[in-house]
Amino acid sequence: MRLSWQRFFALLHARNIEFIRDRAALSWNLLFPVLMMVGFAFIFSQEEQPLFKVGVYDSAGVGHPFLQSHYLQFIPIANDSELATAVTKVERHQLDLLLALDAPPRYWINSSSAAGYVTEQMLRASDAVMPQRQLVSGDEVRYVDWLVPGVLGMNMMFSALYGIGFVLVRYRKNGVLKRFHATPVTSLEFITAQICSRLLLIVVSAIMVYLLCDLLLNFAMYGSYLALFCVLLVGGFNLIALGLIIAARLRSDEVANGLINLLTMPMMVLSGVWFSLEGSPAWLIALADLLPLTHIVTAARLVMIDGAGVTTIMPQLATLTVMGLLFLLIGTLLFRWDD
Amino acid sequence: MLEVRQLVRHYGAVRAVNGVNLHIRRGCCFGLLGPNGAGKTTTIEMMEGISRPTSGIVLYRGEPLGQQFRNEVGIQFQHTALQDFLRVRDVLELYRALYATALPLAELVEICALGEFLDRDTQRLSGGQRQRVLLAIALVNDPQLLFLDEPTTGLDPQSRRNFWQLINGIKGRGKTILLTTHYMEEADTLCDEIAIMDAGKIILQGEPQGLLQQQFGEAVLQLHSSVVQTKTLPLPYSEAAGVITINSNDVSGTIRLLQQQGIALDALQIRRRTLEDLFIHLTGHQLRG
Repeated sequence: MRLSWQRFFALLHARNIEFIRDRAALSWNLLFPVLMMVGFAFIFSQEEQPLFKVGVYDSAGVGHPFLQSHYLQFIPIANDSELATAVTKVERHQLDLLLALDAPPRYWINSSSAAGYVTEQMLRASDAVMPQRQLVSGDEVRYVDWLVPGVLGMNMMFSALYGIGFVLVRYRKNGVLKRFHATPVTSLEFITAQICSRLLLIVVSAIMVYLLCDLLLNFAMYGSYLALFCVLLVGGFNLIALGLIIAARLRSDEVANGLINLLTMPMMVLSGVWFSLEGSPAWLIALADLLPLTHIVTAARLVMIDGAGVTTIMPQLATLTVMGLLFLLIGTLLFRWDD
Repeated sequence: MLEVRQLVRHYGAVRAVNGVNLHIRRGCCFGLLGPNGAGKTTTIEMMEGISRPTSGIVLYRGEPLGQQFRNEVGIQFQHTALQDFLRVRDVLELYRALYATALPLAELVEICALGEFLDRDTQRLSGGQRQRVLLAIALVNDPQLLFLDEPTTGLDPQSRRNFWQLINGIKGRGKTILLTTHYMEEADTLCDEIAIMDAGKIILQGEPQGLLQQQFGEAVLQLHSSVVQTKTLPLPYSEAAGVITINSNDVSGTIRLLQQQGIALDALQIRRRTLEDLFIHLTGHQLRG
């Protein structure tokens, strides 16, 4: 099937005008995530998280009496690579203490972390041979720093699913798609233009939201901007392609709305937007890994909080690309102009 | 120019179109008429290539519908929304860009009289203005064949007549037009040839005046039944809703006969038959869905 660039750009231009002139939708796309992040930053800036988190690396299964302590959450560390990541988490105050029980036994705490100090005292009181003390330093990752990548991802999800899913269903319902079908436009040209238009709008609005939030909240960004842009681009494409599946045949706004809710609700809860699934049952983590937003949020956090570059987030980018291409294939095969 | 052979379309157990054959000549304005649910829109959508027939074939210039057909036809659908937040100018520029060759914007504006609202948001157009924009979209590629599916439904009488003028102008440019309508006056004014459809079939086809002549004769005379002793009427007649209707090719002779029977002619009405009479005669008086 040939693609006419003249027709593609005409459709792209018209869709962009439609979105830009829809001031209500435009404002909502920009203001909603900013308001949400500012609100959460305010709510959670007053108090520390009550639970102490301890990372435990015990590949040999040595054990330690400290591991029997109450009121602590122990997060198992599987290998050396995860141990290095966990040290970064101690630096960012995301772990209060990290304990490695292989020889020689060591533990890491952050010299500026009050929770780390208390957890260290609990370790001392556990009446065992003390591991070697390792000190790290670093700024605390506030809840809002942790939240920003999640909310950026969530905003992309809503913009993609509603922007493609809802709009195409409305086009089909009121006859706009039928009108296009009566012209020489091919489904490839039409779908490509819709995807590119929405991707462009998602990228531009995400950058604006990012800049606005940075101005208001001064959140953490330790990694590469190029890597974050890749997450935005690949993640946006993935979610738009998912929206295309919903929009492929439906004529009813209500059904489309229901299906979009069916997709977005599990992603809101399980993809780690609001809270971490660290330490959750394996089956729940496996389920979350099936959701594209999980990989978007994980990659964005790796970049923004853990300072990752493109190479580090390659597994997430590859997963999102493969999933996105699969969604696109299904959506394109299912697509109908009218009935 | 366009030929339809044995067109059939099923929706489950329902046969919406049942063996339709049509031949539309180049330069002709062809009217497809029928009551609600007759199968007009289903038929025209198959002829437009928008939906696929269950069986049968549609030929354009002797070939099955393909890319040449897409490039050379213009369609005004019965129900089409214009995209929100676009101005009339944006919409026309969009559709112009979808064709390899298109009429200049100024010419479209002139043909469809869009000048006064060219920069208006499509959501702020009146019904008549909206139909003119939809007609302009259908004409954007200077089509050889134009489909108009009930283009004046819902318009006020002024807008409807204004629209007829536009269509007459398009006819003057030598275009072939296929029109569906509920309005018999519209078909009478615009169409060179008509086909009447009912229950998925073409029940009559030909030139309007020829069909009227063939079905009814020259004129119709109507009298209130209270002034007529029907037993004494020496002519074929029909009676409905208290009105006696007589078809006649010799009006003077018929009047003489009525006078000889002593029938009062004070309330006699004489008029030519219209397409509406033909339509009702063929499709009946019952309400349709």
